[in-house]
Amino acid sequence: MTGQPLLSVRGLTRDFRGFRAVDGVDLDVTAGSVHALVGPNGAGKTTLFNLLTGFLRPSGGRIALDGRDVTGLPPERMAQLGVARSFQITSLFPRLSAREHLELALQSGSGLGWRFWRSAKLLRRYRNRTEELLELVGLGAHADTTADVLAYGRKRALELAIALALEPKVLLLDEPTAGMGLEDVDRTVDLIGRVRDGRTVVLVEHNMSVVGRVADRVTVLRAGRVLVEGTYQEVRVDERVISAYLGTAATGVDDVAR
Amino acid sequence: MTERSRVVTPEVAAGAGASASASAERSAERPAERPARPPSVLGAVAGAPTWFRYALLAVGLGVALWLPNGLYPTVAVDIACWALFAVSVDLLLGFTGLLSFGHAAFWGTSAYVTGLVAIHAGAPFPVAVLGGALAAAALAAPIGYLAVRRTGIYFAMVTLAFAQMVYYVANEWRSVTRGENGLQGVPRELAGLDLTDEYYFYYAALPIVLAGLFAAWRIVNSPFGRVLVGIRDNPARARALGYPVHRYKLTVFVLSGFIAGLGGGLFAVGHRFVALDVLHWTTSGKAVIMVVLGGIGTLWGGLLGAAVLVRLEDWLSFSGFDTIGLVTGGIFVLVVLLFRRGIWGSVAALAQRLAAGRRRDS
Repeated sequence: MTGQPLLSVRGLTRDFRGFRAVDGVDLDVTAGSVHALVGPNGAGKTTLFNLLTGFLRPSGGRIALDGRDVTGLPPERMAQLGVARSFQITSLFPRLSAREHLELALQSGSGLGWRFWRSAKLLRRYRNRTEELLELVGLGAHADTTADVLAYGRKRALELAIALALEPKVLLLDEPTAGMGLEDVDRTVDLIGRVRDGRTVVLVEHNMSVVGRVADRVTVLRAGRVLVEGTYQEVRVDERVISAYLGTAATGVDDVAR
Repeated sequence: MTERSRVVTPEVAAGAGASASASAERSAERPAERPARPPSVLGAVAGAPTWFRYALLAVGLGVALWLPNGLYPTVAVDIACWALFAVSVDLLLGFTGLLSFGHAAFWGTSAYVTGLVAIHAGAPFPVAVLGGALAAAALAAPIGYLAVRRTGIYFAMVTLAFAQMVYYVANEWRSVTRGENGLQGVPRELAGLDLTDEYYFYYAALPIVLAGLFAAWRIVNSPFGRVLVGIRDNPARARALGYPVHRYKLTVFVLSGFIAGLGGGLFAVGHRFVALDVLHWTTSGKAVIMVVLGGIGTLWGGLLGAAVLVRLEDWLSFSGFDTIGLVTGGIFVLVVLLFRRGIWGSVAALAQRLAAGRRRDS
């Protein structure tokens, strides 16, 4: 399994009206690894993320998933092929309960969604799996709470749960700790540690201490290009990375960006 | 009801999840302290106990059976037809988040096709109505295919534009539609029964109406309906979960066209006459007004809106009032400004508030 790139990107480029947000990015995500994308604001992380999940079409380059060319497929096809994502700004269904979120995610691959003549009670078949996933992310007590009244940290946990419900080959997390207090950040790091077993995770993250704790590989982006790729230990002392973040300074990035 | 809950900050809502003050804050929301039954996508009756829903259904059926005894039977037939039409619009507006402003195309096409089948083939009226509804669904496929690529006001405009095209085609195609004279003498044939009396025709038509309403209820409460609500609330998220949003919207658009067609076909047989105004844009508008008046996203609201509006229009025209549009338009504006949830939604919210209050006291 090791050394085999599950997600392979070559020369990926995206232009917005003359502005090149992502510029010839090469990226290999090894199966079973946690791969972080970091970089200063405007480095193209979120654009790259949207390209990988089909929400944007690339202007050039190739994306391969498990050896299959998936360049330019729409988001629903990417999801069906095993690329699940969370959103930077929490993106849920405000009037559905946590349980209904998971049922909606779990029925996605089954074709059940087309059965307009059947009762929604059919979804009870997902009860056990729903409970399992809610327990996993710590929402066991909130199964019947609608998403709009969940606390922020719990909304993020629910996001993660519905992404996991898709049984993805690759799980893409867009700033999973954005806007969180320290306590929630710790809980999320624990959570990522728990769900990464047997899964491949790509995450965009600003918080370098989070990156240091969860990531096996780190790709640093700057102005749409790959600046450095390596382990966290390699990257954090790299001169180019430090200057990208700070102009020029002598400290390690994690001491400042924390 | 999202309006109210958005005001509640997540911290407050979560920290005081079970406390009485928080539940008072979001009394319109299903209270969090009763997790016994999952909340339904049918927002307005979500908090109601099961027995209450059955009671509601019983009352609804009772009213449907009694209707032509309490009202002029012609009005009762009209209410039944418009109820189907309004529910078909609510399926899109309330459960998928699509405002169709061109549903007269399906109502009217079905009315014409039903009339033509009944006149030329002498088919029993249920067969003619089914034919009309299938024709409406067939028309909904290409229109929907192009319209679902747009959202919001653009979707409304595209549907309106297509409906206007259908209107002009019907106006010009006089050899078939008889232009402004309309189709006259649409027969009410059914197994040799004498249905000339509106009173008996109402009961002959009722099974079709109830079947159409049941279909709408089933669609909303199916796995498919769950996906629709997901698409309504957050289309990007639905796509990220692997749902092809356009195809779902197209499917519900066609289903909605079919149900609107059932109503339009019965309307043609009920009036024994099909005139061009079944395709007019004001007909589309009237269905939307009914849904808004009754309560968007409740299904029951469509029935209520149809009953209120048809009865009101009948009363106004009977009283010799000749600017009916002014009254219905005025009511529409009032509802939009003061009772955003419509009649059904407002009553349901009030009932939930009272129920929540009672629980706190005890």
